[in-house]
Amino acid sequence: MKPVPFHLKPFGNRAVLLEWPAEVREEILFDLLGFADFLKFGDFPESEWEFIPIYHSLTLIRKAGDLHYAETHKALEAAYTRYPGPTDTVGQHWELPVHYDPEFGPDLETAAQAAGMDVDGLIRAHTAQAYRVYGIGFLPGFLYLGGVPELLQIPRKATPRLRVPKGSVGLAAQQTGIYPQESPGGWNLIGNCPIPLFNPGQSPPCFISLGDTVGFRSVSRSEFDLHRIEGEVGVYDFKKKYGNAKD
Amino acid sequence: MLRIKRPGFYVCVQDYGRTDFRHYGVPRSGVADRLAAARVNSLLENPETDAMLEIVMQGPELEFEVPSHIVISGGWMEAWLGDEALEMDRVYAVPKGAVLQCGRVRSGFRAYLGVKGGIRTKPVMGSRSQFFPVTPAGKLVAGDALPIEPSEAFEPKLLKLSPLELYREVTLDVAPGPEFELLDEPARDALFNTVFTLAKEHDRMACQLQETLPPHTHRMITSATLPGTVQLTPAGKLILLMPDGQTTGGYPRMLQLSARAQSILAQKKFGDRVRFREDSF
Repeated sequence: MKPVPFHLKPFGNRAVLLEWPAEVREEILFDLLGFADFLKFGDFPESEWEFIPIYHSLTLIRKAGDLHYAETHKALEAAYTRYPGPTDTVGQHWELPVHYDPEFGPDLETAAQAAGMDVDGLIRAHTAQAYRVYGIGFLPGFLYLGGVPELLQIPRKATPRLRVPKGSVGLAAQQTGIYPQESPGGWNLIGNCPIPLFNPGQSPPCFISLGDTVGFRSVSRSEFDLHRIEGEVGVYDFKKKYGNAKD
Repeated sequence: MLRIKRPGFYVCVQDYGRTDFRHYGVPRSGVADRLAAARVNSLLENPETDAMLEIVMQGPELEFEVPSHIVISGGWMEAWLGDEALEMDRVYAVPKGAVLQCGRVRSGFRAYLGVKGGIRTKPVMGSRSQFFPVTPAGKLVAGDALPIEPSEAFEPKLLKLSPLELYREVTLDVAPGPEFELLDEPARDALFNTVFTLAKEHDRMACQLQETLPPHTHRMITSATLPGTVQLTPAGKLILLMPDGQTTGGYPRMLQLSARAQSILAQKKFGDRVRFREDSF
């Protein structure tokens, strides 16, 4: 029998938590994303269950009524033994335009100093990387991105800002990301991405999915303004313009 | 239409909230006190998921442009229809053109005002619950008009219920949360033997407690959180997540409130006391 890699824990009387080993690793993410899909098309349909996959855990929430923990536990372990493993499709790559500029990224210069490089060096390092999407949470459309190079791992700000504008691109410790809405925040702000990441009028509301990768492309102020308008009216085209499509 | 003439302190439209979008970071939202909401919709013989007004601390002034039937439940709120002072948990017929004057929520924190047929605003992502930025606004303002169905011939099977007075309860039944094992004996003792006081930081996203536990250095990888999850910050602060709370978080999840405890908590305000009781529900 295939060993079950996760521990199960009850999470209140309506949810159950599956925890893989506590590591940020792509193999773990793909295994749990694949398992979630396997469950949705099997004994845990989305009409009855909500799924929250993030990093090394998968939370299943029963939509109506309490769950029977012992039975659910058994059913999930049994399902894993039938699960053939993740498929080979490994998500899309999305290239997001960012205007790196002190006007939009007031910490750009201090962040570069903290990383021991000049501003151009920081932009090169930040745009050179593909970042894996390990989760969406905290705020609607907020991406948890992994894969920040060690050189760019600078501490978060000692005092958070009360107001971080929508689209701000930040760096903090092992994380980089985009604020999908205006919110308070303690990350070092290095630029702004004009493409909205969350749109409640669209289905799904986020075009980026878990398991995808995100890259950043440095754009000028005039390109930023153009992409902002394209993003607002929903005509910004990732696939054709910037070769994001894998097909 | 139901017109908001004066919004009071904080009033918003809520139903049972959104499912299916938590993995995009969209909180469940929905009424904070489901027991109160259930009483409103039961008396009005509405489906339990119908939307109503959630009113915090100081109620609104509302004008009914169509005849309606209403029920108020949850916290004990002053309300007048003309000269008549209204009781909680009781069905009232409201004539066309009438103005409902709501005053303070005298006991508890949140009152629920429902109408026969429910509030019929346009659902967004499967729910009428207001939550910015999913809905264009997170609360109602003066001049807002909410679609409601006229109701004249309704003869309720039950005219009133005796009030639940949930706001009198202080004990929150909890189950251990996923990281409960991280707590040592003294911390567990403190958790279950302290009478906690609600701090000022208290809204539909989260509610903090004034008394703290010892600071800790436990680290965890960000994972899912639910309404009713009790998080412990490294400084020892306890944060109780409410319906609009974040869907994921990086603080250890020490407890999970029962459904009833979440309703009790929804009726607590700054300075009120609560204690935790371990219960297998």
